[in-house]
Amino acid sequence: MAEEVILLDFWPSMFGMRARIALREKGVEFDMREEDLSNKSPLLLKMNPVHKKIPVLIHGGKPVCESLIIVQYIDETWGHESPLLPSDPYERARARFWADYVDKKIYLALRTLRPSTGEAQEAAKKEYIESLKVMEGELGDKAYFGGERFGYVDVSLIPFYSWFYGLEVLANFSIKEECPKLVAWAERCMQRESVAKSLPDQYKLYEYLLERTKKLQAQ
Amino acid sequence: MADEVILLDFWPSMFGMRCRIALAEKGVKYEYKEEDLRNKSDLLLRMNPIHKKIPVLVHNGKPVCESLVILHYIDEVWSDKCPLLPSDPYQRAQARFWADYIDKKFYDLGRKLWTTKGEEQEAAKKELIDSLKLLEGELGDKPFYGGEKLGFLDIALVPFYTWFYAYETFGNFSIEAECPKLIAWTKRCLEIENVSKSLVEPQKVYDFVLQLKKALGIE
Repeated sequence: MAEEVILLDFWPSMFGMRARIALREKGVEFDMREEDLSNKSPLLLKMNPVHKKIPVLIHGGKPVCESLIIVQYIDETWGHESPLLPSDPYERARARFWADYVDKKIYLALRTLRPSTGEAQEAAKKEYIESLKVMEGELGDKAYFGGERFGYVDVSLIPFYSWFYGLEVLANFSIKEECPKLVAWAERCMQRESVAKSLPDQYKLYEYLLERTKKLQAQ
Repeated sequence: MADEVILLDFWPSMFGMRCRIALAEKGVKYEYKEEDLRNKSDLLLRMNPIHKKIPVLVHNGKPVCESLVILHYIDEVWSDKCPLLPSDPYQRAQARFWADYIDKKFYDLGRKLWTTKGEEQEAAKKELIDSLKLLEGELGDKPFYGGEKLGFLDIALVPFYTWFYAYETFGNFSIEAECPKLIAWTKRCLEIENVSKSLVEPQKVYDFVLQLKKALGIE
């Protein structure tokens, strides 16, 4: 008997995208519920009282919070034949390390880049590209971060690709020029149905970023 | 073939202490290498070029970085005794969530207690107490977070106890008064030899912080 799976989410969220991809990789049916972050639902506040953030996976009424913890939970609960994390402990440690790097460095660089302008923006752009280049170095000549198979680190990073176009236009730079191998990897990932279905259209994302920027500037 | 296990560490580090406890629980023989963080060894820089931080576990020449990643690794490699994480995926997610919460909150808040004064310090104190209370609530009536025995979350949290005296003294408050159940839990943990021999003395940590404040020019 399948228990109900609900994902509390927000369409532009890279963290929400991770959960969507993982669920689809495992072929899990889920009810994706869009949250209005300026007016959070009682369900969200009840299911994630500590952080009050999305994504939240609710499985059989029980919440799992924090995107990488959600992805690991999905991996451990469903589809043991097609694991996202490798089986070797050392390779698992590497995968966890790099997913943590995405959260610690790339996301942080992105958060600095987003609201910045002028000189601060130039510095932030540089930092962001540097962090992407480190990932590109880690990818090397492999098809995916885990090797031949799409896995945990790919899931943790690929959502950032949906923001590339918008960032490039707003901050005036080309990620493809700086990190061609990484963009090639992203395009490879986008050919997977789970990824293509889970990432929003990049133009829609650009419009969202533009609107957010205007709002921030108006404040 | 004997395993070679080295732990690159720094004696007052809560993150290092986590690894010491886990290795002790698993009965793993290892070489402890003290790092001078103002003069990092070539080995450290080679084994953790990305973050250049301790702790680093070097197992047969291969590095594992980030304390929670190291805990997972230790649990998975030396899986024959003392499981650190529960076997149920939902409980694993809960343990991971709270360890992540500790990492998001405690270190930075604690740091503010001895690097700031006035309003900023008061705000940090309040937030730290609230966070400790939340963790105390999560323990409930269980002897340990892991249930009857020490587990992943116990190991993630208990090293912070060594810094409580320093936090209390600089912040002018009593954690025991605010969170008596949590202190009762730390006392239970300290009765376990693998924990008490892995932790450092709170007085030594306090003296270390005092020295650090002088060196950083903080009043």
